[in-house]
Amino acid sequence: MITAGIDVGSKNIHVVILRDEELVGRWVVASGFEQAEAAWRALEGAAGDAGITVEDVDYTVGTGVGRKSVDFVDHRVTEIAADARGAYRLIPDARTVIDVGADEARAIRIDETGKVLDFAVNEKCAAGAGVFVEAMSRALEVSLQEFGEMSARSKESIPMNAQCTVFAESEVVSLIHNNVPKHDIAKACHDAMAGRVAAMARRAGLEEEKVVLGGGVALNMGFVKALQETLSIGEITVLPDPEFLGALGAAIIGAEKGAGTTAGLGKQPQGA
Amino acid sequence: MNMVEENKEFWRWSEKVWRDETMDWQGSESITAGIDVGSVSSQAVVMVDGKVYAYHSTRTGSSSPSSAHKALDGALEGSDLTLEDVHYVVGTGYGRVNVPFANRAITEISCHARGANFMAGPSIRTILDMGGQDCKVMRCDENGKVQNFIMNDKCAAGTGRGMEVIADALGVPIEDIGSRSFETDGRPPVVSNVCTVFAKSEATALLKAGWSVNNVLASYCAAMADRVAGLIERIGVEPEFFITGGIAKNEGVVNRVEGIIGVRAIPLDESTNLDPQIAGALGAAVFAQALLKKERKKATHQG
Repeated sequence: MITAGIDVGSKNIHVVILRDEELVGRWVVASGFEQAEAAWRALEGAAGDAGITVEDVDYTVGTGVGRKSVDFVDHRVTEIAADARGAYRLIPDARTVIDVGADEARAIRIDETGKVLDFAVNEKCAAGAGVFVEAMSRALEVSLQEFGEMSARSKESIPMNAQCTVFAESEVVSLIHNNVPKHDIAKACHDAMAGRVAAMARRAGLEEEKVVLGGGVALNMGFVKALQETLSIGEITVLPDPEFLGALGAAIIGAEKGAGTTAGLGKQPQGA
Repeated sequence: MNMVEENKEFWRWSEKVWRDETMDWQGSESITAGIDVGSVSSQAVVMVDGKVYAYHSTRTGSSSPSSAHKALDGALEGSDLTLEDVHYVVGTGYGRVNVPFANRAITEISCHARGANFMAGPSIRTILDMGGQDCKVMRCDENGKVQNFIMNDKCAAGTGRGMEVIADALGVPIEDIGSRSFETDGRPPVVSNVCTVFAKSEATALLKAGWSVNNVLASYCAAMADRVAGLIERIGVEPEFFITGGIAKNEGVVNRVEGIIGVRAIPLDESTNLDPQIAGALGAAVFAQALLKKERKKATHQG
């Protein structure tokens, strides 16, 4: 059985294809303004990566903030359900799952069977999500990659006064004017963001054994280090291919849902 | 009267200078200045014997001391009055401790209330000040003394900065936003009133989806009004009601706030030639008049 998980995020659409629950293909495209069309392209890309065609996919599951705009999926699940299932599959002893995406972050507490016990979401405020670090790296005029790396080199702890992303940008500019080294500013930004994410994780009821991290921001080593220090726990496990967490979870749910059904691919989006 | 205006960017209010050329300051008793160094703009008001002589509104630069100088220099440009002639200076605003020539610093909360009292009269009880990086609501007595206040300085949504981001994203000069927000076709889309960062991407998506710029402006004025009205309702509004700060000049937000709270703001008497953006600096200059009087009294007693 071949299933696809389609995670329609605010910035990117990730697709994972599983054949008998084995990962065989994946793809990512930018969400843009036409999400249904972009999702279809992402699915085609993943099918190509798996060496199959879209018609070979037996069952598709959509997730992510834009899942409702994708009309061709067989089933839709929340990001919470998808993240929990994906993380549990990758690391069965995970008990707290933190997913930091572009516009949204979530912390989910799961039990030993992978069932969701509680969760907390930050979706109203850009501080505490990926756009925050993007905006700050732009203000510092360094790439996101460099931004994360230089932060990990810093030994200084400079507190940021601003919580708001818009105000933090001006604060970064005044720190630059005051000749504060860039790597220390980068660390201050990551510390500020880690503080927000840690507060959210505690709201969900942080279970220290074991904390796993997914979402695109998990690729930023500066943030991971800052979060580890802020939570002051032994070690945070960064999930393999963290940005595909939601898509993987959706595809796994698809394999379970679709087993024994004959549901095929729904209709194509208009104009695709 | 002397008026100089310039317009360079979409998101900032134009610089403004005004001076009462009919006033003869020589031979006057008390000359004071109020300097409000805000996060986005800085103002200076020069007051002669309890009357406004000159004011200037300029952009805040990267250094507070030089912004304070720039504001005062602008107000006095072309006048024979210089800083040496000023008897007492009060600094206020976000950069108030960095006004190098100030005799004293007073919080912007106190100064805005005192300035509003001077501008619109002693019947003012509630003041909404919408500044560059914060939004505050003050309740005051007939002397312009603050009884209670509430403020948002943590989040850009609901502050002038939030509106600037939208002005820049849509390429509309900040002066035009208010009037254009009423020139709409059909019902503007409802947008979230929370994060400015998300509002910016939401605005771009709305334009892409075919909404007109005016409709999107209407949506954001409504969202901001909603947010500000929430702040006002938390502290309660008692008439008379007055609005200061840059957003007071944006009728797109003002009219909608009035609609939600059900109270009309007192309009600023145009014959005074004042500007709602200078309320903080004006209040500081008024405080300076009182402090100067007190100091002189003390000196005569001691002498």
